[in-house]
Amino acid sequence: MRWWHSAASETQVTHGQRLWLYFLSTIIMCLLIIPTVIVIPMSFSDSQYLEFPPQNWSLRWYNEYFETPRWVGATITSFKVAFLTMLVATPLGVMAAYGLYVSGSRVGRLLFFIMMTPMIVPVILIAIGTFYVFGKLGLVNSITGLVLAHTVLAVPIVMIIITSALSTYDLNQERVAQSLGSTRLRAFFEITLPQLKFSVLTAALLAFLTSFDEVIISIFLSGGGNSTLTKQMFSALRDYIDPTIAAISTLMILLSTGLMLGLRLFGNTSAR
Amino acid sequence: MRNSTKKNEYRALNARKLAVAQRRETLRVLALSFPAIVAIFAVIAVPMGWLFSLSFLDSSGQLSLVNYQKMFEYKSYLRVFRATFNVSFLTTFLCILIGYPLAYFLSQAPKKYVGILMLAVLLPFWTSLLVRTYAWLVLLQRKGLINNFAIDLGIWDAPIKLAHNLNGTLIGMVHIMLPFLILPLYAAMRRIDRHVLQAAANLGANPIQAFWQIFVPLSLPGVVAGSLIVFVLCLGFYVTPAVLGGGKVILVSMQITAILEDQFNWGAASALGVVLLVATFIVLLLASRFLKLDSVMFGKS
Repeated sequence: MRWWHSAASETQVTHGQRLWLYFLSTIIMCLLIIPTVIVIPMSFSDSQYLEFPPQNWSLRWYNEYFETPRWVGATITSFKVAFLTMLVATPLGVMAAYGLYVSGSRVGRLLFFIMMTPMIVPVILIAIGTFYVFGKLGLVNSITGLVLAHTVLAVPIVMIIITSALSTYDLNQERVAQSLGSTRLRAFFEITLPQLKFSVLTAALLAFLTSFDEVIISIFLSGGGNSTLTKQMFSALRDYIDPTIAAISTLMILLSTGLMLGLRLFGNTSAR
Repeated sequence: MRNSTKKNEYRALNARKLAVAQRRETLRVLALSFPAIVAIFAVIAVPMGWLFSLSFLDSSGQLSLVNYQKMFEYKSYLRVFRATFNVSFLTTFLCILIGYPLAYFLSQAPKKYVGILMLAVLLPFWTSLLVRTYAWLVLLQRKGLINNFAIDLGIWDAPIKLAHNLNGTLIGMVHIMLPFLILPLYAAMRRIDRHVLQAAANLGANPIQAFWQIFVPLSLPGVVAGSLIVFVLCLGFYVTPAVLGGGKVILVSMQITAILEDQFNWGAASALGVVLLVATFIVLLLASRFLKLDSVMFGKS
């Protein structure tokens, strides 16, 4: 009972008096988590209608997913596009963030804000705009077009992460390396980059997920044999509730949370 | 005498050379951002410019304002704009209402538990928005979990329509937007100096007064930053209202795609897009004024 009467805040409110806050917060946390993960148990049902809890457990919808060429093809496209986006967006973003940060000039700060525009412009406008322009260039329904558009969405995210990492990094280390006879490039690759590697990894994974989870641009720019998984899911969602999507959703949740949780755990252990 | 003027000359020469080298170095470093700028130019600036010019062309390709005139003449456009603002406002408001208590709770929790508790916000944040929209579609459908649950508990006795209308859209949008509000709000609340609250208590404020008169005003920059992100994202939101709205909730983004799909009218779609973009920038501009004003106010007090 000591916990009950002990102070919970600077204003001497006790935990007992705060019980309503704990109760309310628990409800809100449940409301946030349950709808996110509820499809996981539902995907193991063998019924045509998604039920919770499932009356008979089965892998029916996973079989359906792995045996439908349309779904498998879309998954491969999504992985390909996301991987290429990661490979392009990470170096572009790291270079830009490093350059603008190190320059320390007013132009650099201005350019940084300009380069954040992909986060501000509504994605639907980027989608129809690129659909129109890429259409003229023959880039619609191609992997190249998708990777280019997704790269631009991912670059600001990479830049934010790298800039915040640089702001806690002592750039004098590079000067020391240079004064000891290293070139600037070598100083960056041998001194700076190894110390930023965790941030670079985080940025790369976020670039991957940005592309993998992106819906609207994919709806417009991908098609035919190059449809992405999200495009296929979106068109399937509009028609009827296909339980196969529950199986795909489960795999997508596992992929993104697995990557992010792994990164956090890795970050915690490497920080110690 | 001669020696020292020579020295000064060398010094000036050296300074000039150094300045030139410095400038060259700055330029070289800035050039590193060139590839990213080219990519952004190709994907953002060129298409936006193209849409902008298309919006001033009528169906025969003549320069005209007909696309913008239509927006004022047809009631349907007005309804779409009003719906977009209403839905964005409601979503932002509900997010503040639900997000504030949780952010407060998280900011008060001991640091060692926050890592775990934060997962309640991060897990949905990491999960694809399409997956979460799908989950809500499943939960809210006629024979879905929520209807069954409510009927079993006797809250209502016949299945009610939860998805494919405004309610479903709002529920889905609030769930998807909440992390965007909670994360910046939590960060702002953590930055509040706890000694200020102690001082308030020392000076005789009761906990309720201290909360409303000290904590809430100090957390306002976080509220503004979070709700700004939510509101701007809502203005251009497409996926969730398209799936959960079932055609009953038509927002600007959906009207744009509808015009393209049904009429293939690039002029009208572009004009709507330009208005959406301008509205987004106006909101950001107004907010940046307000945010700066805020920091000035708090800096002085």
